[in-house]
Amino acid sequence: MAKLILSIDDMVIREVPLDKERVVIGRKPTSDVIIDNLAVSGDHAAVTTILHDSFLEDLNSTNGTLVNGNPIKKHFLQNNDVIEIGKYKLKYIGDTAVKPAAEDFEKTMILRPPAAAHATPSSTATPAAQAAEPPLAAIQIISGPGVGKELVLTKNLTTLGKPGVQVAVIARRPHGYFITHVEGTHFPIVNGQNLDAQAHPLNDHDVIELAGVKMEFFLKNS
Amino acid sequence: MAGVGHALRIASATHTGLVRAHNEDAIGWNAEIGFVVLADGMGGYNAGEVASGMAVAVLREEMNRQFDEWNGHIPRHAEQKDIEHLLRDKVVQANDYIYRAAQSRPQYAGMGTTLVAALFYDNQLSVAHIGDSRLYRLRAGELRQLTRDHSLLQEQIDSGLITQEDARLSRNKNLVTRALGVDPAVEPEIHTHDTRPEDIYLLCSDGLNDMVEDERMGETLRHFGADPQLAANRLIQAANDNGGKDNVSAVLVKILHPFPADDGWLRRFLSWLK
Repeated sequence: MAKLILSIDDMVIREVPLDKERVVIGRKPTSDVIIDNLAVSGDHAAVTTILHDSFLEDLNSTNGTLVNGNPIKKHFLQNNDVIEIGKYKLKYIGDTAVKPAAEDFEKTMILRPPAAAHATPSSTATPAAQAAEPPLAAIQIISGPGVGKELVLTKNLTTLGKPGVQVAVIARRPHGYFITHVEGTHFPIVNGQNLDAQAHPLNDHDVIELAGVKMEFFLKNS
Repeated sequence: MAGVGHALRIASATHTGLVRAHNEDAIGWNAEIGFVVLADGMGGYNAGEVASGMAVAVLREEMNRQFDEWNGHIPRHAEQKDIEHLLRDKVVQANDYIYRAAQSRPQYAGMGTTLVAALFYDNQLSVAHIGDSRLYRLRAGELRQLTRDHSLLQEQIDSGLITQEDARLSRNKNLVTRALGVDPAVEPEIHTHDTRPEDIYLLCSDGLNDMVEDERMGETLRHFGADPQLAANRLIQAANDNGGKDNVSAVLVKILHPFPADDGWLRRFLSWLK
């Protein structure tokens, strides 16, 4: 279960489990988290938790609510966010602690109205992992009118050639660069070898021939 | 009349991904009648793949049977609402079939599946969907999602609780609010859209759109659009490059030519006069 860790001046006061749909933070004695301090409004802020996601909302407090130093009205809480209310801090800890069985990892589940409150989605869904970046590479034209021209492959996909005649795409993937024939009766030639329909890995200083133009693929040393 | 097969190029790819033990996605199509279907199963043990497999098999067979009855083409008097009714009927049949199987065998209890199915006819398509499998369209270089997920997250976006950008960070993904085969009744959402030559349609399971941003999917379709099979392979590869946490499937339909209904003689005559 997600929780908030309430502290002042780095001294932990208590942990607040987010075990209800709405947890109100304020000076009023009816608040779920009572902070008896004049800088805190009666109803200062509220955290709404829906299954695995928690949302913080400032309830038009006099002195405002900060998250990670920025004032917010509404905020989708992420693990380790620090909420500041007056001199008090509340650190948000998402419920990542409970590791589901690998078998159930991120499985799609059906949420049905009567069971909604008890739904136990077995998901530690993290945003799609940022894939590792391969080293920067470029191609340089080594024959024909455009000789000397360089094209740095900064995009994930780079299309080369003439549409309708011969087109190939260079894909930048986590473990390197690959060239694929897409269009045309002639296939690209790499180092004198005709490619087939498969994606072909590119190595430093490979020479590509495409639509009558020769170009060299090389890795940029950063 | 010949079917619509001449006007469509269909390609597909499906992969277990890098984490799961089974592929619970299922795909199927019949180019001649212009029908494509994709399902993403859920439920314990292997029941998920049973449910998605049944959904695809029942729909494909039922559509084939219907077209056989019609001698291969949609009757002249059929209107858009008739086709939408047909899709709804077939989805309800698939639901009955899966629901009864789930009730009759303990190992299938609770199984279900998402579904996205489209029929291409008369320069348009009708799409039925349930859950979070999606239909996208690339037109004039721009990718647009044509279906709206039946999911908790989509409901939260609709109610303004969470923004579209923040939705990627949500840990409430994968919670669908509708599924095929889990209840005796089912309500598919059905819409009809016009099609144009050069459009590319993408049916996909959430294993694709959870792992690959829409922008990247659009980019892939633009670069590899000349060869839909390469595009499909590349989409799967992109999902796996990003971690491949789920089964991933894509069915692509590229519109090569217009495919007006056969009673379009008047239209053809008029266009000939122009």
